[in-house]
Amino acid sequence: MATVVSRPKLSLLERSYFPAILGGLWITIKHFIKMTFGQTKVTMQYPEQKWDSALPEWYRGAPTLVKDEHDRERCVACQLCEFICPPRAITIKPGELPEKDRWAKVEKFPEKFDIDMIRCIYCGLCEEVCPEQAIFLRKDYSITGLTRAEMVHDKAKLYELGGVMDGLVHKWNEKK
Amino acid sequence: MPSLDLFLQPEIFLAWTSALKTVVILGLVLTMVAYSVWAERKVSAFIQDRIGPNRVGWAGLIQPIADGMKLLLKENFVPAGVNKFYFSIAPSLAMVPAILVLAVLPFGSTLFGVPMVIADLDIGVLWVFAVSSLGVYGIVLAGWASNSKYPFLGGIRSSSQMISYELSLGLSVIPVFMITGTLNLGEIVQYQVDNGWMVFPAWFSSGAGLLEITADSGAMFGLSLEKSLLWIPMLISFVVFLIAMFAETNRVPFDLPEAEQELVGGYHTEYSSMRFALFFLGEYAAMIAGAGVIVTLFLGGWSLPFIPDGSQGWFWGLVNIGTFFAKVAAIIFFFLWVRWTLPRFRFDQLMKLGWYVFFEVALINIFLTAGILAYLQS
Repeated sequence: MATVVSRPKLSLLERSYFPAILGGLWITIKHFIKMTFGQTKVTMQYPEQKWDSALPEWYRGAPTLVKDEHDRERCVACQLCEFICPPRAITIKPGELPEKDRWAKVEKFPEKFDIDMIRCIYCGLCEEVCPEQAIFLRKDYSITGLTRAEMVHDKAKLYELGGVMDGLVHKWNEKK
Repeated sequence: MPSLDLFLQPEIFLAWTSALKTVVILGLVLTMVAYSVWAERKVSAFIQDRIGPNRVGWAGLIQPIADGMKLLLKENFVPAGVNKFYFSIAPSLAMVPAILVLAVLPFGSTLFGVPMVIADLDIGVLWVFAVSSLGVYGIVLAGWASNSKYPFLGGIRSSSQMISYELSLGLSVIPVFMITGTLNLGEIVQYQVDNGWMVFPAWFSSGAGLLEITADSGAMFGLSLEKSLLWIPMLISFVVFLIAMFAETNRVPFDLPEAEQELVGGYHTEYSSMRFALFFLGEYAAMIAGAGVIVTLFLGGWSLPFIPDGSQGWFWGLVNIGTFFAKVAAIIFFFLWVRWTLPRFRFDQLMKLGWYVFFEVALINIFLTAGILAYLQS
């Protein structure tokens, strides 16, 4: 059934538009004045102000490789992260350590470790799957580059971003 | 020094002072155009609780230059199927009339004895109306020459809007001329110096007063019977003229020729680069010229109460020029403020307002003024 919505009956003054126009002008000038005297809270001015300090502990930023306090790379090139990575952003080329190396008992090391940051979806599965606590998602979120090649983080870049992490489990220490 | 004498001969003196005034005013107004674009963005941002341009220079003050550079470097694209001749001259036709209006506006009293108006015409106001209504040709030609439906609709809207508002624009100022008895803009300002502004006639030099406060300079502050009676038609004139000026300069709430949401930019849809910039500049120059006309006719032009004119020394001459441009800036702020407050009128509402309301109000106002004047003289 059709319903008829009755139009409100406007008085002559209301039909002259003036009360509505003046009311609107009053509202806008209030906003203008508040903004002029800095009483309005506006958006964060992004490149100058960042929310870095407000990031939670569990924030998932760019995946990075970390070294332990002995300045030793923790990754043993098991390639679990490469297999689990949903967008297949990680490429690892494992290499054998030479026999005489102090850390030769550690199975392997990554000769090449690339993470394609165009593909990465910041899911954190690589961190979760890593048996060596070698890969961590840190708080870097502004990953930019001018070329596609620049967007692929190689081993050096990953260690630069990851740095050193203390207090990790050292399950190889007794075999050294 | 014979060479200096040559410059002081009346004809040559007039020629080089006029040229100098033209150059200075043109430079000043074009700068104002650039910065009113900046002000538009800043005011809109502040009204909408944003910050607005703040990257280029302090508070974004170099933004107009960056915008200009960008538009200069862009490709000047001419779509296939346009009428190339009219397509090319339309932007200039939109820009030039707006600037020509400035020629007759008295933007100051005198400076070193030189009157601060480029052309002191006795038909000043007629020149303003004749030239400013030519501005619509640029828009209509742009709409027609673009060979595209949205610009075409914009052009049609612009011409019908011009016809309906030009009438009330012209009729609404006739009471001003009936009171002042002149069409010369300089003399209208001088009348307001002596008798108070048209919209605020609170001081006068002669006549019987209802309320009187005599200032040190001899001028009287207060309201005379004559003034308070004529105040009513002046206020009506002012409101009608102001609203008609909004329509004349295609500003919101009467920006139907552009109407971004309906006509994708209206008449300048097909334009790019400097041709588009010319439309943009023309629109803002028309706004400044319109604000100048409003200030001259109703807000006392370059005058401030109890501030002497340029005959008292060059300092006061400069103060008068500054006063004029400050008033123009205030009117422009009002234009911007209204733009970011009101929605656009529908086209039939606009036509109704123009033909049913403002035309009649302006016409009745003329008879009202005539009646009051007749009563005062009897």
